[in-house]
Amino acid sequence: MTTTGVDTNVSTVPAHTGSRGSRALGAICLVLIAALLIFALWVTPPEVSQRDAVRLFYIHVPSAIVSFYIAFTITLIGSILYLAKQSVFWDLMAGASAEIGVVFLGFTLVTGMLWGRPTWGTYWQWDPRLTSTAVSFVLYLGYLAVRRLDMDPALRSRRAAILGIVSFANLIIVRYSVSWWRSLHQGTTLDPVDTQMDGVMLFTFFLGTITMILVFFWLLIHRFRVAWLEHQLAEVGLEAAIQERRSEGNASDASSDGKTR
Amino acid sequence: MEWVSRVLTTQVLPFGLLVLILFGFGISPDLQVRGSEDRSVLEQVAPGLFWLAVLFSALLAIGRSFAIEAVDGNLDALRLAGLEPAGIFLGKGAATLVELFVLELIVGVGAFLFYGSPLANPLLLITTVVLATVGIAAAGTLYAALAAGLRVRDTLVPLLLLPVLAPVLLAATLATEAALFGPASDGWPWLYALGAFAILYVGAGILAFGSLLEES
Repeated sequence: MTTTGVDTNVSTVPAHTGSRGSRALGAICLVLIAALLIFALWVTPPEVSQRDAVRLFYIHVPSAIVSFYIAFTITLIGSILYLAKQSVFWDLMAGASAEIGVVFLGFTLVTGMLWGRPTWGTYWQWDPRLTSTAVSFVLYLGYLAVRRLDMDPALRSRRAAILGIVSFANLIIVRYSVSWWRSLHQGTTLDPVDTQMDGVMLFTFFLGTITMILVFFWLLIHRFRVAWLEHQLAEVGLEAAIQERRSEGNASDASSDGKTR
Repeated sequence: MEWVSRVLTTQVLPFGLLVLILFGFGISPDLQVRGSEDRSVLEQVAPGLFWLAVLFSALLAIGRSFAIEAVDGNLDALRLAGLEPAGIFLGKGAATLVELFVLELIVGVGAFLFYGSPLANPLLLITTVVLATVGIAAAGTLYAALAAGLRVRDTLVPLLLLPVLAPVLLAATLATEAALFGPASDGWPWLYALGAFAILYVGAGILAFGSLLEES
């Protein structure tokens, strides 16, 4: 009896995380990525001083924009809304967004270092952006570590939400303090945004930004749906366990009734 | 309780001094700053080493401040006694603050002895230490509460807290550099950063402590 009850619960949950909307978005992403590759690698010319290394910027800067301005902002909003409304939706959304944001941030760091080698001559320069990005990366790894703690889910969600809010404030403090620190020590740093870009380069940069944003949302939809299914599964599992205990109780009641008779 | 076990005096303080000595091994004491024969590299970087030693020792002191409460459900007892969460936060923070001041005094004297730094502006140094320590104690208490009652607390608190305190390390080191070697005008702007950090974290702790304690 109990197993059939559980089975019907499970069958109402889809076995995959795709939907018509997300598939359409995924298809658009694939087309945009192909277009971006063509524009970034063939159509745009090499830059005067950075030569071919400039091509990294078409993915490096957009991924930084996505993680700082979109992913961690969604985590902040999700954390605030979770504390205000106790909604599981926003808790899972905050976590999913932070996870993908950290991936994009890691990607930003790697592409930044690959760019630094031919341009600066070293992988790592104590450039304010690079340094504050590295600290932010560790900051959000800590947030993800709290989300994975083995403890009561409701308590964990609340602690993660508080951390999600405080981490965003930290992000701002780290960025300002590091750039202030470096600007006092060395006159100017090489600012990628100052790079001279002509029309087709600017267009490619714009294309890269749009592509990264859409890829982010495509990943977010799927990561969120996985988290949502996990959440549902945990609840179903709990219900099944309760049912099982109940049926055990009933069975033992019945047998003891039999004995007394 | 804390006085009886004397963990601070017998373990945390010696640890701080040990870190200072180990830095001396890591950076050879014979290494001279290029272009000046009379100043060693160790002396030059003493402000940063002092704050690093303080941060690492502070991690131990902060972990300790919640470990002693978690044992017998003391936090629940404090709540049951009718104390406001903000009051508990300020109390824990103040206790940590005092411990850190003691720590900084000892480690600071050690740094002067081991690294032989000059001191151009004592007032700037004292202000820096006070503001930075308020920030460290407030952020430390908040993050220790976040990880309170967990088995992984000892590894989680450093991971969460050190990136948060990175700006304090930066600002305090630069202000201390100015206080030791001068000119003092280089140091004062960093005090605004330290002050802002301290205010932010005391405020965040007062606001967030209620919902952090409610649960445990």
